[in-house]
Amino acid sequence: MSLPALELRQINKWFGPVHANRDVSFRVDRGTIHGIIGENGAGKSTLMSIVYGYYQADGGTILVNDKPCPIETPEDAIDAGIGMVHQHFMLVDTFTVLENVILGVEGGPVLRSGMAAARKELDRLERDYALQVDIDSMVGDLPVGLRQRVEILKALYRGAEILILDEPTGVLTPQEADHLFRILANLKEQGKTVILITHKLREIMAITDNVTVMRQGAVVANVPTADTTREKLAELMVGRSVLLRVEKKPVTPGEVVLSVRGLKVTDGAGVHRVKDVSFDVRAGEIVGIAGVSGNGQSELLEALAGMRPISGGEIVYKGKSIAASGKIGSPRDLRRIGMAHVPEDRHRAGLVLSFSANECTILGYHDDVAYNGGLFLDNKAMVRECARQEEAYDVRPQNPMLSASGFSGGNQQKLVLAREMERDPDLLLVGQPTRGVDIGAIEFIHRRLIEMRDAGKAVLLVSVELDEIMSLSDRIIVMFDGGIVGEVDQVGAEEATIGLMMAGERVAA
Amino acid sequence: MSVVGSAPQNVPRFVTLGLIPLANLAAAFIISGLVVVIVGDDPLQALEVMLYGAFGSAESWGFTLYYATNFVFTGLAVAIAFHCGLFNIGGEGQAMLGGLGVGLVCLGFDDWPFVVVFPLAIVACALFGAAWAFVPGYLQAKRGSHVVITTIMFNFLASALMTYLLVEVLIAPGQQSPESREFAPGAWLPYMHDMLRAIGISMPETPLNLAFVVALAASVFVYYFVWRTRWGYEIRTVGQNETAAVYAGISPSKNIILAMAISGALAGFVGLNEIMGVQHRLILDFSGGYGFVGIAVALMGRNHPVGIALSALLFGALYQGGTELAFEMDKITREMVVVIQGFVILFAGALEHMFRPQLESLFTRRSNAAAPAGE
Repeated sequence: MSLPALELRQINKWFGPVHANRDVSFRVDRGTIHGIIGENGAGKSTLMSIVYGYYQADGGTILVNDKPCPIETPEDAIDAGIGMVHQHFMLVDTFTVLENVILGVEGGPVLRSGMAAARKELDRLERDYALQVDIDSMVGDLPVGLRQRVEILKALYRGAEILILDEPTGVLTPQEADHLFRILANLKEQGKTVILITHKLREIMAITDNVTVMRQGAVVANVPTADTTREKLAELMVGRSVLLRVEKKPVTPGEVVLSVRGLKVTDGAGVHRVKDVSFDVRAGEIVGIAGVSGNGQSELLEALAGMRPISGGEIVYKGKSIAASGKIGSPRDLRRIGMAHVPEDRHRAGLVLSFSANECTILGYHDDVAYNGGLFLDNKAMVRECARQEEAYDVRPQNPMLSASGFSGGNQQKLVLAREMERDPDLLLVGQPTRGVDIGAIEFIHRRLIEMRDAGKAVLLVSVELDEIMSLSDRIIVMFDGGIVGEVDQVGAEEATIGLMMAGERVAA
Repeated sequence: MSVVGSAPQNVPRFVTLGLIPLANLAAAFIISGLVVVIVGDDPLQALEVMLYGAFGSAESWGFTLYYATNFVFTGLAVAIAFHCGLFNIGGEGQAMLGGLGVGLVCLGFDDWPFVVVFPLAIVACALFGAAWAFVPGYLQAKRGSHVVITTIMFNFLASALMTYLLVEVLIAPGQQSPESREFAPGAWLPYMHDMLRAIGISMPETPLNLAFVVALAASVFVYYFVWRTRWGYEIRTVGQNETAAVYAGISPSKNIILAMAISGALAGFVGLNEIMGVQHRLILDFSGGYGFVGIAVALMGRNHPVGIALSALLFGALYQGGTELAFEMDKITREMVVVIQGFVILFAGALEHMFRPQLESLFTRRSNAAAPAGE
């Protein structure tokens, strides 16, 4: 069992002045599942990009099967038997599974013969590794869990002996994740080596044999998983002890702030994304909306924030109808009456990446008198407010002139949160507040959300991180396929129950 | 830290703003030099003739700046649309309509005092140009018709409209060529040499006129509008990230229409320079390709007024120096000059990214290597 499949020695990588990997050395034994855990920006992805040939290390050696193996391109990596399953799938939606798998390795100019050979090989792979998927169905029609299987098949078809998975469970339900873990266990039994990059402690504990912890580009620990605990790992990742569970006072809900009645949202293609959804959010409580990504939560949040037209139902804010019979209030008006919105995707909506931090600070509030001196924008006021918010939210570097793209994910998220929460809104709509954010910042953001609730504000939280929903919310609404499957109180909520509901089963909670 | 194809963040500014445009320009001149060699002339002598023709005397400066005036207008027009994520190829048609607006004002009111006619003419060329760009902008914003297609079509429409008006309606009575009557001198923009003479500076007669000052003012206006006002902020937000704009309550369609209208108004000012400043009558085809070259001007000037002023000067010099070139050197014809101008547009505009990866990686690698040593 102790034959190394992959060994890294003294890997170093610089990005300008940033030392992304410093003297990284560890070995991955053949036939094991090896976890790599660390905060965002700890250098896990950079390291794996070096192993897969996207980047060149500035120093160090990669050994595959005990032999030095220079990897300069992804092709070299594939030749060395390394396969990668990306966080964002690299699939062509309008191709079938079979066509996707042979893409790039068609085996000659005539497709037919290559396809026939591939079909046979895929049959074998599916049997050997219990990776059932209909190879003639269109990838675009498959659920996310199956698409991931296609990615794994692709890597195996290219002869991968070492499989790298980058944050593979981000888009899966707990049940789908369990299924993935069974597949990985199966791969391990068949002698394959699996490297799992994740920031979720639960996954490391559940499935890996050994774990490498990274912090600030360096390896801080290399231990057999059985010899460690969640708390220990978290402490290693952050460098100090962390509160994994949010502490909060019992809930004292006030009057209804947001009331949604029979809301329907249809997207541009005519697909019903939100189907007849009704719920209330009261002052002083956090209502969490759980669900697997893509089940209507995003559309619901955008409709509430005025970004998306509704096709039916009514939204009532503080007793006043703000959207009914297809008409919505503009996000501009909604902000004026005390709503704030932290969008799910800070790159797509929350920030303009090419803008400086202070220009992002006024996004949505650029009409505000505080930022305008007559005809012109008041640059000094913008910079001042941005600097103030950066300080209050511990944004690093604390530089209002730096372009938004120059901040790390966690700091970008803090910029957005600061902008929205510093307005002291009565209702905060918040989507995926900690996506791609490191543990230290997660703790900070969670505390801020709880503070808002304790200050008597209404908070609607949409997240695909079940842990986050469970630890923050006072009530949990589960969405599936655009509708509400059920509602549970946080007290006594069980992960398994919610997981089943997220898969569409109506469970008496 | 994205995995593939990430643009280097820490490229020094002088590389993007100075070195890359200069490298493109040098490549254009080298290829042009080869062509000059092929037709059997001396490329260095050609370069000298061209530079002298463009900058060698006060007279050549006057012509160069007169051409540059047009390029500033069309370059700014392309730039402001670009900041909203739009590609306005209709500068040509918008310039024609701007000229029509100016012409109508001058034909109707040229017996009025200049201080009244001048503001009227400015409003008219801006309004006419804006109206011609408003329609494609509206169609893009509300109906999704691609602005590139519609603005090209509107160039043809403008051309046909001008021909019709000048052949059938505005033609001077008893005349064969499609031109309006000449405006009364009271409605002519003052020439620079006349204005300078009034304050005691003598300058040879050139077409350079008051519109040059308007071009400078327009550059200042565009800078402040785009980077210092909330309206410019909205336009830039829509251009950079439409979803973020919707999130912020900024209407993409409103800003698309606004940016196109301002773009058209700026292109319309070409009519002010040409019709009221030089021709003093409405004629056909006075827009002379300025609208199209404006795209290259804006690209080379990085859509910033300062850069646009500099690249407009370059293109003005190419126009003026090129004319001298065709005049002075026997093997180089008028068509050859167009070829040289074409190379500059090709390298500065269409092949703008040719040397970029190499130059950028050269300078980022250098800073990479320097970093560890600095620890």
